[in-house]
Amino acid sequence: MTEPMISIRNLYKVFGSDPKAAMKEVHAGMGKEELREHNGHVLGLKNINVDLQEGEITVIMGLSGSGKSTLVRHFNRLIDPTEGQVLVKGEDVLAYDELQLREMRRKTMSMVFQHFALLPHRTVLQNTALAPVVRGEDKSEYEPEAKKWLERVGLAGYEDSYPHQLSGGMKQRVGIARALTSNAPIMLMDEAFSALDPLIRTDMQDLLLELQVELNKTIVFISHDLDEALKLADHLVILKDGEVVQQGEPQHILLNPEDDYIVDFISDINRARVLRVRSIMEPLNEKIEHSGEIQREDTLEQVIAQTGGESSGTYLVKHEGEPVGELQMSTLVRSLVPQKRSGH
Amino acid sequence: MASYDFLFNSTGLEGWCDTEQSSAPTSMADLMAAAQGTEVEITAWDFPFPSLDALNESCGKIPETRDLTKGLEDGFLAMKDSLRFVLDPITEPLSWMLDGALYLAEVTPWWIVIPLLLLITRMISKSWSLTIGVGASIVGLAFIDHYSYAIQTLSIIFVCAAICVLLGVPIGIAMSRSDRLQRAIIPVLDMLQTLPTFVYLIPLIFLFSVTESKLYGIAIILYAIVPVVRLTDLGIRMVDKDVLEAAQAFGMTPRQKLYQVQIPLALPNIMAGINQTIMMSLAMVVIASLVSAPGLGVLVLRGIRSLELGVGLVAGLGIVILAIILDRVTKAALARVNASQH
Repeated sequence: MTEPMISIRNLYKVFGSDPKAAMKEVHAGMGKEELREHNGHVLGLKNINVDLQEGEITVIMGLSGSGKSTLVRHFNRLIDPTEGQVLVKGEDVLAYDELQLREMRRKTMSMVFQHFALLPHRTVLQNTALAPVVRGEDKSEYEPEAKKWLERVGLAGYEDSYPHQLSGGMKQRVGIARALTSNAPIMLMDEAFSALDPLIRTDMQDLLLELQVELNKTIVFISHDLDEALKLADHLVILKDGEVVQQGEPQHILLNPEDDYIVDFISDINRARVLRVRSIMEPLNEKIEHSGEIQREDTLEQVIAQTGGESSGTYLVKHEGEPVGELQMSTLVRSLVPQKRSGH
Repeated sequence: MASYDFLFNSTGLEGWCDTEQSSAPTSMADLMAAAQGTEVEITAWDFPFPSLDALNESCGKIPETRDLTKGLEDGFLAMKDSLRFVLDPITEPLSWMLDGALYLAEVTPWWIVIPLLLLITRMISKSWSLTIGVGASIVGLAFIDHYSYAIQTLSIIFVCAAICVLLGVPIGIAMSRSDRLQRAIIPVLDMLQTLPTFVYLIPLIFLFSVTESKLYGIAIILYAIVPVVRLTDLGIRMVDKDVLEAAQAFGMTPRQKLYQVQIPLALPNIMAGINQTIMMSLAMVVIASLVSAPGLGVLVLRGIRSLELGVGLVAGLGIVILAIILDRVTKAALARVNASQH
């Protein structure tokens, strides 16, 4: 595996009047609740270790208060940690001075916000071009670029409108175009779609995946919605009370939950729509007669539709024309039922 | 004889007191009692509060209250020359500006001034109906021979309000960036706003001569600067935190944040402050006619002093018309800024 784009190492964040002193108590083993009762400090993040690979979408998921928005603000140092390291391309961001930090925010990272955070007094085009304007670039250079991205997110013709004239979904499209115009390799998205209507949210998720295929950016996506997280994530990090409960490939987490919290969490989702053949298929066994062919990246829902609801037989799994494994329908049916963790 | 004699007698201080006690009767009751040859009976009902004056009756060494005011006055007079030495040169440009503006308004013929005012109105408000209304008001005032008074008043307001904005907006910005500075300045603003306007005319009269125009200039500015400072501070503090965070996330410098985010987003509040400042300048310019500020206020003053009811009323009406014009024009500008943001 190559060097991660961003590494978070042993990161702690304590909110309060004297975080350093409170850190000693945290190291001595004091928990979040105790710490708050004892000296009024809030333990926001506890011993976070996350690696983000280049070109992947990492979704950081958790309920409100789990510290996910705090965590993402450590990446571009809108919040400074109490302890720990933030490495971007191997460089320690915490050692940066004001100038280097600004440089990183201008060139390496862009951000999309939950409530859009557009400048109300500037047109859509000017908002989209925020990053190059801040960098002091020439108007003739950035305008075609900004226009291109506006068109790409489906807002051609709205260049001269003001944000207050747009709907929520359109505003967030401007937010995404703004982040893309900065041409930064890393994109931070803080609950970017949470304030939108469900249908528009699905549209935006599709747009993001579509853009990602061609752009291959390193995306950090914050969400409280498990369906959204499973749809977008290459790597899923689940936070609870400021701690990472489990992280890994989403399908893997779904099939092997390590914690009761995760089991509860995933109990409500539509597994047939989320799980894919590749996660449950078995190695090819030549001796068995196959009753049909299915694709490796198909969801189980698609397989069920294709087989007409049959629950017996074994199907050959293909990927790009090559046979890569096989799937027994009984395995498929079993995987639709969440497994209780052993001992429960 | 006096109520608190017992206090000094019992503590053995009467010797210290007696040396300078005057036997002159000080109150009317004392005088009448002396005339009738009887002593004033002090009952428990009349027993006075142990104030400086009451204690002084019993003991001459205790100062009277008028010594306090006298002391303040002496102190101020002693400071006056050095204060003047510092303040006079600093404030001199204000005199030049006011005199210059008044001179300009006087020498420029009406057929230039009135179209110019209408052009400014049109540019600020972008509304024809308002421009026509302003034109009708000014022509009306000119028709009843109040043109020169009204223009004098307007000149003074323009100069003072401009200085208020030039000083007030930076002060407001500084306040919005430092909680300590805000805590220090707010009591000063409260004081400027609540002190009766005549009160700060008094020390100003001592400092500068009544014929200098900066005297009323300072009085107007002190009174009218408050809202623009307050609302600038408020406006910048109320700027959406999300937008500021976005500005930071995209790597804006503090200066870029101030000029590209904070001031533009605070502009509706700053404009509301400017509107208030102009209205308060107008209120003060009338009072300032007491200290030789020219304009419509002089006519109002004449109406009061020589009981010329008609003169006072017409001038008062003229002030109302000016107030309405100034308010509507600045509000129209404010509405334009608001419309582009929300």
